Amino acid sequence: MTTATAAAGAHEAHEHTHYTTTGLDNRKIAIWAFIGSECMLFGSLISTYLVYKGRSVVGPFPHEAWTSPTGQVFKPILDIPVTSASTFVLLMSSLFMVLALAAVENKGKPGYEGTLGSSKLWLLATALAGAVFLGFQAYEFTSFVHEGLTIKTNLFGSSFFTLTGFHGTHVAVGVLWLMTLLFIDMKRGLGPKDTILVDICALYWHFVDVVWIVIFTLVYLIQ
Amino acid sequence: MSNDRAHADHVHEHPTWKQYKWVALWLFVITVVEVWAYYIPAFVASKAFVPALLLMSAVKFTIVVMFYMHLKYDHSLFRKLFTGPLLIAGATLVAFLFLFKR
Repeated sequence: MTTATAAAGAHEAHEHTHYTTTGLDNRKIAIWAFIGSECMLFGSLISTYLVYKGRSVVGPFPHEAWTSPTGQVFKPILDIPVTSASTFVLLMSSLFMVLALAAVENKGKPGYEGTLGSSKLWLLATALAGAVFLGFQAYEFTSFVHEGLTIKTNLFGSSFFTLTGFHGTHVAVGVLWLMTLLFIDMKRGLGPKDTILVDICALYWHFVDVVWIVIFTLVYLIQ
Repeated sequence: MSNDRAHADHVHEHPTWKQYKWVALWLFVITVVEVWAYYIPAFVASKAFVPALLLMSAVKFTIVVMFYMHLKYDHSLFRKLFTGPLLIAGATLVAFLFLFKR
């Protein structure tokens, strides 16, 4: 009976911890390996953008005005103030994300009562900031199309929409992931034993943030 | 064994709320400087503009990876899993730029 109970306990512990021979949780190793592969994906997309940069035969162009053969004048397409605002929102979402992780990790500990310890609040704030970023991107894409730049217009349009579209899709997946965690938190509550669930989502979210840090500089600011 | 596992998972404690706040402030300040630099025509025309922006971007990237992604505090295997592909991506980018004579 004792042996059976111990065996059942060991089985249960094994089911919940997912440790590998390295002593590390396999889910955390998996998310880092995934992030590594994502580095190469975005590396290739950014390379493509840079190779094509300045090689568009027809406008609109990112930083320069352009007059078409028909006499139509196109102003520079990128809107730096709007993108700066969306960049700020995404950077703040990373702060909210670490606060959500800290709230789950330290639930019930002194110093984590009230607002600082509310994982629901910080998860909701992160998801909302992600949604606002997507709103900015939808506005940007729509205004570009209205100003004459589509994915088929020129090399800039093709590489720009592909790169930022892939990033936006990653943000959308992150928002869905955050909403799922928020739903679980509301349903049964997230505590220290669930830290790994929030940790892997946080790693994904911060990766999406660092990719945007690179895109913002290379695509928007460097002329 | 369980101690080893706990040690492997959290080699050091994660940053505190105050450190997170300072990291956010630094990220905000660097972003403001980047955007501000974009609106100074003389600086944009100078040779220092691109290296300065790349440097600021690299600093922001490193700060987020080290502090928010806890790579400074976590197991070295995670560092290898991230930096390995990152170096490959960087090398790919440089190779493409040379290949297409940019």
